[in-house]
Amino acid sequence: MLGLAETEMVAALRKWPREVALDLFQAMARLRTFDERAVILQRQGRIGTYPTFYGEEAVQAASVKALQSRDWLFPTYRQTAVVTLRGCPALVPLLMWRGHPGGWHDVMDYRVAPVCVPVATNLPHAVGAAWGAKLRHEDLVALGYGGDGSTSAGDFHEACNLAAVVQAPVIFLITNNQWAISTPLSKQTRVRRVADKGAAYGIPAIRVDAFDVFACYQAVGEAAARGRAGEGPTLIEAIGYRLGPHGTADEPSLYRDLELDRLWDPMEPLRRTQAGLVRAGVAEEAELDQIRADAGAELRDIGDAIEAEPPVTVEEIAGTVHRETPWGLLPDGLREPSWRAGGGDQG
Amino acid sequence: MSELAQLNMVEAINQGLGQLLEEDSQALLMGEDIGANGGVFRATAGLQQRFGEDRVIDTPLSEAGFVGAAIGMCLVGLHPVVEIQFDAFVYPAFEQLISQAGRFRWRTRGKYGLPLVIRIPYGGGTRAPELHSDSPETLFSHMPGLRVVVPSDPLSAGEMLLAAAKYGDPVIFLEPKRMYRRGRQPVPAKFPDGDLDHALVRRPGDDLTLVAYGAMIEVVEGAADRLQDEGISARVLDLRCIYPLDRESLLNAAEETGRVLVVHEAARHCGVGAEVAALLQEEAADVLLAPTLRVTGMDMPFPLAQNEDDALPSVERVLAAAHTMLEY
Repeated sequence: MLGLAETEMVAALRKWPREVALDLFQAMARLRTFDERAVILQRQGRIGTYPTFYGEEAVQAASVKALQSRDWLFPTYRQTAVVTLRGCPALVPLLMWRGHPGGWHDVMDYRVAPVCVPVATNLPHAVGAAWGAKLRHEDLVALGYGGDGSTSAGDFHEACNLAAVVQAPVIFLITNNQWAISTPLSKQTRVRRVADKGAAYGIPAIRVDAFDVFACYQAVGEAAARGRAGEGPTLIEAIGYRLGPHGTADEPSLYRDLELDRLWDPMEPLRRTQAGLVRAGVAEEAELDQIRADAGAELRDIGDAIEAEPPVTVEEIAGTVHRETPWGLLPDGLREPSWRAGGGDQG
Repeated sequence: MSELAQLNMVEAINQGLGQLLEEDSQALLMGEDIGANGGVFRATAGLQQRFGEDRVIDTPLSEAGFVGAAIGMCLVGLHPVVEIQFDAFVYPAFEQLISQAGRFRWRTRGKYGLPLVIRIPYGGGTRAPELHSDSPETLFSHMPGLRVVVPSDPLSAGEMLLAAAKYGDPVIFLEPKRMYRRGRQPVPAKFPDGDLDHALVRRPGDDLTLVAYGAMIEVVEGAADRLQDEGISARVLDLRCIYPLDRESLLNAAEETGRVLVVHEAARHCGVGAEVAALLQEEAADVLLAPTLRVTGMDMPFPLAQNEDDALPSVERVLAAAHTMLEY
């Protein structure tokens, strides 16, 4: 079966211009390097717990590359590196995983919303951005990420319904990796296909191989074209498998047969895309190896860079919560009762 | 400022919303049944006819969805004012407000805020069904990044609404629905900008201060009248801002009257009264002539219509607490 898929992929690859193919490959290579380096940094104790996205490079790279830089992205915790494909230094998302406030990227510069940790909470935001742009007669679409687990959450359903009613140019990109931490798809939903959920809201759905970067690129491109043409939202189910653990603190042997991981691993998209590009005659092996090596260059000294980032005081952070910082935000030990301070004002 | 119309609170809010839509081309209203129907309280009556369906938007029954969408709208430059139909209907949107809206500026290191107003008709005393009479102010003032304000009369409702819309961070705008049609007040045809920082002394007084907000202002005014008959001069401090509290006005009240009684219809436990009492204990214990007492709603579901008056603070309960403090 995999052999046939490879053959199909080689044929499909010849449809794409070389620059598109290499751009997608480079984006995947950058994401992979980030992910590998983040896992190492976690093992070294230089960042905290980290949700790896090993195996989701294809769908993530395609989601960024198939859209324009004016389009908005709404990530969850598993897409913290997509902002680097919009020009943000990798240092920034790595600082987030180190727990440093420097990890908050500039949302307006990159048109990438802040990472939403509770799954599906980002999807209504994507609807609002897309809908708002439509009301302002602006030509842009928004894309919200999710996983199979997020399609059980209320916000997914409210987002889908609202998007359909107002025909918002939004893309719900759901990567069905078949696991939500330890919960398999069969315990998440009774529908066979996550894409079927679109029907309840009158949203057209596309099913695509999450390991095939070109198929994902085409699917996101089609969804964006629909949105730009005033045809409303699209649900994309990118079907894959979570090739790694949920995160660095997760132990999959507790809940799934690791033989499954071994069987799925040949689908790993970077190696597969590289082999396909060589076999289709799009690029030489050495050229692709060089792209991968270059992708790592930015990250070579990143461990030192994140450790060199000057600490931020808690008082500084307190000053970023409100436009005008209310009184009384200082830690208790720093608050001086007025009767001790002689009635003076406190911070 | 020349023409003054006699408006009640819901009419003043309607006028304020119309003024906002006129002055700010990026402002829009959204909520359930706010268009042709004008909102269940008619706060948006006539506005969809005036400004169109793209600026006064009827949403599906989906508080989390449309509050979340309003956050996304802010990112592309719009200034949404969201109506929640009744107080307790905001709970499905709670996650969007506390986990998302309130944290947005913090997540951008202080650089960007969400120009978002959430209007919530709240409170009891209207003989409404269950979950139509809640007072959720503490929930929002306990969670970071939200401003929480409560007007108590038509003029402050209009002024504070415009200030909230221009503020640039999410504002929870609680409208005491019991006061919507309680009385009229002369208001200008165009509201000046109000502020979201200051409590207001509604009545001067020296012997004690009655701190309240929203519909409870009427109750403490009634108590102040009765105290006046007894020769006791009670100050009425309309808190207006639940978060942040107007610390200076509260400390002034402690210093100048020596006794501060807090009245609210929300439940007692961890309520605004507790915060005021703690503030005075920490910062004004040396000037207080009596402990701060609280007259509040009860720590239970807000009662159905037949018992709501038993749970709501009354003039009599306020008087009893005031006398306890004066006799201390």
